[in-house]
Amino acid sequence: MDKKASKSKWNLTPEGWNLEGVPAYQDEKRYTQVGRSVPRVDGPIKVKGEAIYTGDMTLPGMVYGKIKRSTYAHAIIKKIDYSKALELPGVLTVITGEEAPNKWGIVPQAANETALAVGKVRFYGEGVAAVAALDEETAEAALELIDVEYEPLPVLLDPFESMERAKEVLIHEDSPGNILHEGEQVYGDVDKAFAECEYVLEREFHTNYPQHGFLEPHSALASYDPQNGHLHLWASTQVPHYLHRQMSIVLEIPMNKIRVTLPAIGGGFGGKGEAAASEFVACLLSRKVGRPVKVTYERNEVFFTNKGRHPCHMKVKMGLDKDGYIQAIDFDNTMDKGAYSGWGIVVLFYTASMLHLPYKVPNARFRGRSVYTNKPSTGAMRGLGGVQPRWAMECLLDELAEMMGISPYELKMKNAIESGHTCINNMFVPHTEYKKCLQTAVEKSGYLEKHGKLSFGKGIGMAGGYYITGTAYTLYQNYKPHTSVMIRVDTEAGVTLFCAAADIGQGSNTVMAQMVAEEMGIHFEDVNVQAGDTEIGAFDLGSFASRLTYAAGAAIKMACVEINQKIKETAAGMLGCRADQLIIKNREIYSMYESKKRLPWEKAVEAYTSINGSLVSLGNFSPPRRKGIDLITGNRVQGANIGHSPTFGFSAQVHEVEVDVETGRIYVKKVTEAGDCGTPVNPMSVEGQVEGSIMFNLGACLYEDQKLDAEGKHLNPNFHDYKTPTTMEMPEMDTNIVESYDPTAPFGVKETGEGAVQPTFPAITNAIYDAIGVRFYNLPITPEMVLKALKEKKTTSCDCKCSKEC
Amino acid sequence: MKQLIELDINNRVYEVAVDARDLLLDVIRKKVGLTGTKKGCGEGDCGACTVLIDGKPELACIKLAIACQGKKITTIEGLIQEGGALHPIQQAFVDYGAVQCGFCTPGMILSAKGLLDRNPHPTEYDIKHELSGNICRCTGYKKIIEAVEAAAQVWSKEGVK
Ligand code: FES
Ligand code: FES
Repeated sequence: MDKKASKSKWNLTPEGWNLEGVPAYQDEKRYTQVGRSVPRVDGPIKVKGEAIYTGDMTLPGMVYGKIKRSTYAHAIIKKIDYSKALELPGVLTVITGEEAPNKWGIVPQAANETALAVGKVRFYGEGVAAVAALDEETAEAALELIDVEYEPLPVLLDPFESMERAKEVLIHEDSPGNILHEGEQVYGDVDKAFAECEYVLEREFHTNYPQHGFLEPHSALASYDPQNGHLHLWASTQVPHYLHRQMSIVLEIPMNKIRVTLPAIGGGFGGKGEAAASEFVACLLSRKVGRPVKVTYERNEVFFTNKGRHPCHMKVKMGLDKDGYIQAIDFDNTMDKGAYSGWGIVVLFYTASMLHLPYKVPNARFRGRSVYTNKPSTGAMRGLGGVQPRWAMECLLDELAEMMGISPYELKMKNAIESGHTCINNMFVPHTEYKKCLQTAVEKSGYLEKHGKLSFGKGIGMAGGYYITGTAYTLYQNYKPHTSVMIRVDTEAGVTLFCAAADIGQGSNTVMAQMVAEEMGIHFEDVNVQAGDTEIGAFDLGSFASRLTYAAGAAIKMACVEINQKIKETAAGMLGCRADQLIIKNREIYSMYESKKRLPWEKAVEAYTSINGSLVSLGNFSPPRRKGIDLITGNRVQGANIGHSPTFGFSAQVHEVEVDVETGRIYVKKVTEAGDCGTPVNPMSVEGQVEGSIMFNLGACLYEDQKLDAEGKHLNPNFHDYKTPTTMEMPEMDTNIVESYDPTAPFGVKETGEGAVQPTFPAITNAIYDAIGVRFYNLPITPEMVLKALKEKKTTSCDCKCSKEC
Repeated sequence: MKQLIELDINNRVYEVAVDARDLLLDVIRKKVGLTGTKKGCGEGDCGACTVLIDGKPELACIKLAIACQGKKITTIEGLIQEGGALHPIQQAFVDYGAVQCGFCTPGMILSAKGLLDRNPHPTEYDIKHELSGNICRCTGYKKIIEAVEAAAQVWSKEGVK
């Protein structure tokens, strides 16, 4: 083989990364740029109010779009008459769903959404028509002049009712039984294992219907150029690529004539992880009127169209042997999909995969179905597919520990996985410090001293969790790398990283700059990041599933191999030594054996570019696949459909609560968290992610729930009636990053910010049990529920907090 | 009927034509063009639109523009110090990691300024109480509270204009 080809960067394994010049004694973990709490690169412009979000933009000649929304949750659209709207001065055009009937959806096998409703509405607030007008007021006035005639259909709001009445009414003609997808995954012999168990417990759990509540409403600004057929879209999205792709399908414009650019993004949490009607409508209107059009949602529109968390109705059975080792899990999950498919199939199978970690589970059976209802669609929300089963499992383990008469901590430690674990569904965990997380959280909180010993009304509860890192599959059939980066080095712009990744507020632009700087031996301030643009940046799948730091880190490492090599070769010539003896650190290049041989890094860059011009290199990342046909044995490798991941992040939390027995209110007083995120690239950002995660699910556990009336009308589409935690509800938080380094991961990194939402529900639920001796199986746990339970308890048992008869 | 009014925003007087029903938030963002003031809800529930009116934090989304004539309005853009330096609260937000997506940030900072102007030595409870009308969905508030505490210290030591 050609020597050059065999040494090509494309063939490098993780172990082979950047080995030039690294002597054996040099500790690869001795980072200078990674592992530092540097302030975010976009911090100053954000505090000055100078960061530009989509809603802040104006373009010359820009007009405004508004969407007419359905007042029925399920109805046939008989007629739309917008002639009066067109007559209103200032109105430029009106469109309806018929003008763009192509279906879109992030999972193409089930794509069934249209830009605006075609023929039928399936949830209250669905868009039926849209107006472009010179100003927002006129656009709003025009909406009032659009007449829509509906023929109401039965409204199905409960997934069980929806399945039952499917013969009578279908939400989607092509989905019999009103079921989006039904699936089963069986590993091992579950029934046999249960028969041999010493402790078996089965419970039903029902989760609620929270939504993301990102503070910046969806906004899209589209500019179509009729002269060259190019479309430029600025949008508040987490997934520029998927949006790009869907836009191409709906507008029938090739992708290379569409450019998606991300201004600053005001949060997403999964809610901007699919295309949104605002984006299609802005583009369709712009193409029709030949001027830039901006569509910004009002807060109630965000609620009407939100893709919040799936309510899950779960039957979970778990069996332990006499020593407390988990032998089997049987999990049945009915998920409320809402009106359209979206991420549905993916979320369904995530809930299946989530059973297999972070404990050793030798036998598992999953049966699940995702059922259409006439609600705003559910979708991706922080900790997608993990939060609901995690809640059930961690609560069950708490109960089982009590059955066994041991501490939940002991039971969880006993069953916790260790590095190098292969699950029965073939998920592989190369590295974990989960036990260290449990231990740290328990020790720092004093859990063992407090659990079961606090006075009535006070309680402490613990739970663990984990999440994927880097993901494994594209959502449509394609093997292309999930992330590509391009790095350019020259004397003009210094170092610039080009990547279409989306910084939605989580801080990826800062973290990517740190990783580039680390790998190139310079400082993070030296790196310019050009992200969030499908034309400028190299390909990236998007910010979801905690994939970005890992994926971008791997791609950056690959791109830097060639750059470092070229710079070192140039420097070697200048210094009169061998390139493989050179080290670049701290903006300096020096020989590791003759420390006098050194020169500033930029001198070598200057020398290189004055001969060759800009130095440009590409890197990319594709996660491993663990499913399919094993080509050597010819066997089919059975694995989870989804949930494979190159590595996983872990978290454990202990929550301390106080329950006011008079009012039923629950106060979370203190949270002690310990997380395994591998190398924290930016520890301050990690803390911010974890603290935000705790807040996020504390809200969803105790307050947040979307309410619909019997007709499917949204009852709390605002922050007044939909309560989210404020500063006053927040507990004291002690978050700890446990020492961890995943040797298989770029820079040793793993996720944070989705793993840390997982333990919150069960830790609070377990703490409430410890406080008042009542177990809750429904969310959110409201004061009314607490009071009712306390009343029932009083009539059935004694006043003391023990759960046993006395 | 539109009328011409004068609004004193960040020590500059803007002449704007407004309707009696025009909201201060829309006037600041669309007519004056200062987009640092954010609209998170438009219903008085989230605090993203907080501005200072005669030094007091107020929600611009539920305030009529005409009612603000003759008053001193401060938006986030008005906090900038000589030579472009950051105000101590702004600096603390950057240094303490109190900013993630940044959409709540202008409102948070102005609420904090309203507090520190009134009470330069707030307790943690004072800060929590003052900021309880500002929703942040990213940070969990901890670093925001720490930033305000730190700013209060710098401020009382070094002072600010
Ligand atoms: S925008 Fe004014 S309070 Fe939300
Ligand atoms: S930083 Fe995103 S809402 Fe506060």
